[in-house]
Amino acid sequence: MSLTREDIKGIATLARLSLTPEEEIRYAEQLSGVLSYIDMLNEVNTDGVEPTTQVMGLTNVVREDTAILSDENVRTKIISLFPKSEKNMLSVPRVFEDQ
Amino acid sequence: MSNDIMKQSLKSVHEGLVTKEFSARELTEVALERIETRNETINAFVTITEDAAREAADRADQMIARGEATMLTGIPFGVKDAICTLDVRSTASATILDNYISPYDATVVHRVKSAGAVLVGKQNCDAFGHGASNEQSMYGPVRNPFDTSKVAGGSSGGSAAAIADGQCFFSIGEDTGGSIRQPASLCGVAGFRPSYGRNSRYGIMPMASSLDVVGPMARTAEDIAFLMEVMAGEDGRDATTVSDPVPRYSEYITRSVKGMRIGVPKEYMELEGMDSEVRKITEENIARLQDAGCEIVDVSLPHTKYAVPVYYIIVPSEDSSNLGRIDGVRYGVQSGDSANLYEMYSVSRAQGFPEEVKRRIMIGTYALSSGYYDAYYRKAQKVRTRIIEEFEATYGVVDALITPTSPFPAFGIGEKKGDVLAMYLADVFVSPASVAGLPALSVHGGMTTAGLPVGVQLIGRRLDEATVLTLGHVLDRSR
Repeated sequence: MSLTREDIKGIATLARLSLTPEEEIRYAEQLSGVLSYIDMLNEVNTDGVEPTTQVMGLTNVVREDTAILSDENVRTKIISLFPKSEKNMLSVPRVFEDQ
Repeated sequence: MSNDIMKQSLKSVHEGLVTKEFSARELTEVALERIETRNETINAFVTITEDAAREAADRADQMIARGEATMLTGIPFGVKDAICTLDVRSTASATILDNYISPYDATVVHRVKSAGAVLVGKQNCDAFGHGASNEQSMYGPVRNPFDTSKVAGGSSGGSAAAIADGQCFFSIGEDTGGSIRQPASLCGVAGFRPSYGRNSRYGIMPMASSLDVVGPMARTAEDIAFLMEVMAGEDGRDATTVSDPVPRYSEYITRSVKGMRIGVPKEYMELEGMDSEVRKITEENIARLQDAGCEIVDVSLPHTKYAVPVYYIIVPSEDSSNLGRIDGVRYGVQSGDSANLYEMYSVSRAQGFPEEVKRRIMIGTYALSSGYYDAYYRKAQKVRTRIIEEFEATYGVVDALITPTSPFPAFGIGEKKGDVLAMYLADVFVSPASVAGLPALSVHGGMTTAGLPVGVQLIGRRLDEATVLTLGHVLDRSR
């Protein structure tokens, strides 16, 4: 499997990573190498084999749907971590561009 | 007080504390001084918490005075920086979290602190656990205490190096592929990956959720046994923890291993490119188990070679999803003035992640993208099932397996730079147990002629941590 620089640009957009031209070239080469290596998995016959998602076999672990309040202290700490805020509310750049 | 104390066992330090030979405060001062002297060279710590450590040590002295001391009371320890610690900077060794001060403790950290242990700081690692050499930290590589031109391994490299260098007695690390065991091996200490689900992951910055485990690192299997008694067990805040009772590991490990059947998988011992001294040291440790009365059985695990490719599909896939939350919006470092939300995300992430994190996000995003999911992620999950079945069949014949931990001792800083696959192959012996969710311990096995440590790995049945720790204890005592 070989990836082109255009493929890398597309993946980077999906992944929300702004890459430099050098990174695009380097990742095209490195990812192609990794994917060729991973092609080794096609040697294994997996017909009728169930995929593993949870090694311990746990399913649907549930708890009571009750809210546990944090103290005010924790709330203040979380708000103080906001990179940008206005009146204790999270502030982000505009989502929709002006038409 | 001499610095030699920092290389003693938990048992003997505990004895010194409860008999008032020295105080927890004095012990903490020794640790802090050692860190202060050595951090510039070894770079094991990203953040040192002197003030909080002194306060915790004083509280530990009060616990001791009240006769409430546990085996961990007053013991200085460190935590991998990808694990959250209350009111302490927790960066995962990536600058995107340079200013992140966690508002809570991970459950395992909380449990260890409640037992009286003294947090001295946060330890350097490959950013978000991505790497096997600690060269992917954005705060510089950790240097191996046995040869400072060499790597300490990774990703929990700072944790392993700090113990080896006498800067703390134990560390809490995180192991997805081999991030506890591989650096433990390269630094000559013990590192334990418990069964998946045995220890709570609440408060751990997630990498690959179907593989991640949290585990202790210390000097010996005995110290690990004491730590697991405190760390393990169900947690209502982590639905993947199992409710199985936690044995008294420290009592269990003194049992005889006579008649125990230990498998040596030929695919591990015959790996092309394995260092000859690593093979020799592994063979010596196999002989030690035999001397202790174990029966050595040759076994075959033909799917071993597929564990690394399985790992490098499943991990980047789950990673790319988990790291979506690290976007500079709610916490962490947001890039300056972005025209729009998309640019803010993509520039913050590009600036705040090192190369290997970006590479894995890219691989994972591709593997999960429309049209490729079945060919990569689902295929890897199926091969994962085959690897698990193969281990299970083997455990019908043997009680545990012994293998090398790393195919080579510590390598030079910069030596494998740019060779992505060579670095991934550092995980060849550690990733099979991770993929299968099995408990695996690396203990110090011996030294190369160049004076570098080599670890050996013991892999047990699911939830049979006790057997693995017992065998590790036998090897520790036979050295």
